[in-house]
Amino acid sequence: MTASPLFTACPAPTAETEHVLLGHGSGGRLSAELLSEVILPGFGLAGSAGRPLEDAAVLPLPTAEIVMSTDSFVVDPLFFPGGDIGSLAVHGTVNDLAMMGAVPVALAVAFIVEEGFGMRELGRISQSLGRAAHAAGVKVVTGDTKVVGRGAADRLFITTTGLGVRMPLARPSAGRVRPGDVLLLSGPIGLHGVTILSTRDSLGFETEIGSDSQPLHRVVAAAVAAGGDGVRALRDPTRGGVASALNELAAASGVGVLVEETALPVPEPVSAACDLLGLDVLHVANEGCLLAFVAPDKADAVLAAMRSRPESPGAVRIGQAVAEHPRRVVVRTGIGAERVLDMLVGEQLPRIC
Amino acid sequence: MKYLDEYRDPALARRLLAELGAVATRPWRLMEVCGGQTHTLVRQGIDELLPAGIRMIHGPGCPVCVTPVAVIDRALELAATPDVVFTSFGDMLRVPGTSTSLLQVKAAGGDVRVVYSPADAVRIAAAEPRRRVVFLAVGFETTAPANAAAVLLAESLGLTNFSMLVSHVLVPPAITAILEDPECLVDGFLAAGHVCSVMGYTEYEPIAARYRVPLVVTGFEPLDLLEGILMAVHQLESGRHEVENQYARAVHRDGNQVAQEAIRRVFRVADKEWRGIGSIPDSGLVLADGYERFDAALWFPSGPRSPESASECIAGQILTGVKTPTDCPAYGTRCTPRHPLGAPMVSSEGTCAAFFSAGRTAAAPSPALNAATS
Repeated sequence: MTASPLFTACPAPTAETEHVLLGHGSGGRLSAELLSEVILPGFGLAGSAGRPLEDAAVLPLPTAEIVMSTDSFVVDPLFFPGGDIGSLAVHGTVNDLAMMGAVPVALAVAFIVEEGFGMRELGRISQSLGRAAHAAGVKVVTGDTKVVGRGAADRLFITTTGLGVRMPLARPSAGRVRPGDVLLLSGPIGLHGVTILSTRDSLGFETEIGSDSQPLHRVVAAAVAAGGDGVRALRDPTRGGVASALNELAAASGVGVLVEETALPVPEPVSAACDLLGLDVLHVANEGCLLAFVAPDKADAVLAAMRSRPESPGAVRIGQAVAEHPRRVVVRTGIGAERVLDMLVGEQLPRIC
Repeated sequence: MKYLDEYRDPALARRLLAELGAVATRPWRLMEVCGGQTHTLVRQGIDELLPAGIRMIHGPGCPVCVTPVAVIDRALELAATPDVVFTSFGDMLRVPGTSTSLLQVKAAGGDVRVVYSPADAVRIAAAEPRRRVVFLAVGFETTAPANAAAVLLAESLGLTNFSMLVSHVLVPPAITAILEDPECLVDGFLAAGHVCSVMGYTEYEPIAARYRVPLVVTGFEPLDLLEGILMAVHQLESGRHEVENQYARAVHRDGNQVAQEAIRRVFRVADKEWRGIGSIPDSGLVLADGYERFDAALWFPSGPRSPESASECIAGQILTGVKTPTDCPAYGTRCTPRHPLGAPMVSSEGTCAAFFSAGRTAAAPSPALNAATS
């Protein structure tokens, strides 16, 4: 779209700019153009030429338990092997819904864009977000875009809010783990966190791995189909890694957790990078795997169901809930000793040597 | 994993532990000097698997832990200076100075950046010529060559906006100081493999002879440590006191000559204050003549010198092995990784933090499965 001839002498910014301008967040013509020419087409939705843009979405939801979750995404870099902030913003919220046993139905998306951000990048990220939502079978039904002054935000922040419908048999909850429950992990750990670290300019090491970012609701559906409400608790170990997720579940359920270190699937480049930087892989972030506590009599069936999914062919049993040491997570190390696995205090900082 | 699995083999570990049990006829106390080795020992639970009489004492080998409060306070002062970009390795950011930390200065608006190599700090200086870039140069002989190389790089680039706040420490004088302490409990040492990969181990030979203690140059994997312990105990049981090299795959007796030359060129040896221990003669590195222009301490007017921490932290006794973390009344109560009273609780290499993250308490020597402490 071109600007009206009436405005050709005006220094006001035009839509042809390569960068996002403050005016794109003004709520005026530039805002409308940004939405109709960059963001909505990226999401795979018609712009203003299609259905009217209302202030809110109307959703015909079935009579069921509605599950809702929201998350904000601030990632550096915005593009990384295996994904970008757009796909991550879909997967993160879809997976939060999935961990409650929900099938995701609708997403609300809010962008906060720093003035000067590349228009081309914004388009790429919108398209990636749209593709990820389509692949996950979830619709972007409403959203918002704000542009803030240079320096007021770090390039682009995305908030996604998701609505889902809980599957009839699904009752996963952080508080339902019981001693004897089997702990399953759907896939390799550490990939996302190490990928992000390796792509930061200052780190200076290269790996061939990519983020594991992916939607997990179909894995959950398979697990629930196989295990019903024997799928006691689900958690995707994102920030804080497996250590934080297991500590949260142990605390919420009042059980102990015992993890077999040798059973943990840690890709070689992840292990090498963690050794190099002095990081514990159990504290490193993931975006495409889940932890499941499953009733002992359903564990084999759930594990088989998870392995049948393309998202989680390498699902493994890594431990169990125990009555001993309630609210504590203990790792049995490779050489047969045991150590407590605690949550991190603050950010995991690479060691000096 | 081809290059790590061999050093984590449970069957081999059990064999080494069994041999250790068979060889040790009396209690022995061994000190691993390096914080990285402390980390492996505690993280893998190795010290819990050792025969009852073999006790590991965790030495002063965490560079974060032994950096004096005065240096941290100076760093905080520089980091809060408006035109300064203050660069540091990550784990220095949480170390408490007298009243705050680099993380808090960063949150308050100071330009504090984590770098993974001192050369990155030089690159920042080259890219931002109007800012004064300071790198906090801490560590043992392991980080000294890279820090020296950064100074040489800044020199070759003709940079006038790069400097270092230097607080380097050296291992052999620290071992000597521990052995000179009348309260010394140590029967033998595991010398840090990575320090020796740079410096070799000829410096340790007169120490072993003079104080009649075994010194085993040891690596960082579980089996390295078990083998190093076994070699030290073999020596002790047979009355020998030599320098042996367990870490032969990485360490040569003469070390890395290129790295040593870089250190010699840029730094000179000087007396050094160690946090919690005090001054040790000839135990530090400062910028050598001709390189003072890279000394941040000379660039910026000096503030009042901070007194050493008057808190109840017993870092000195912890770092010299006189006491263990669980002997400290503040451990795990008033002093935790979230609110550290002293440096050994700050760094993940610090003895107290390593104990705390492993869930160790005075009441639970094998604390992992002790529910009462949760």
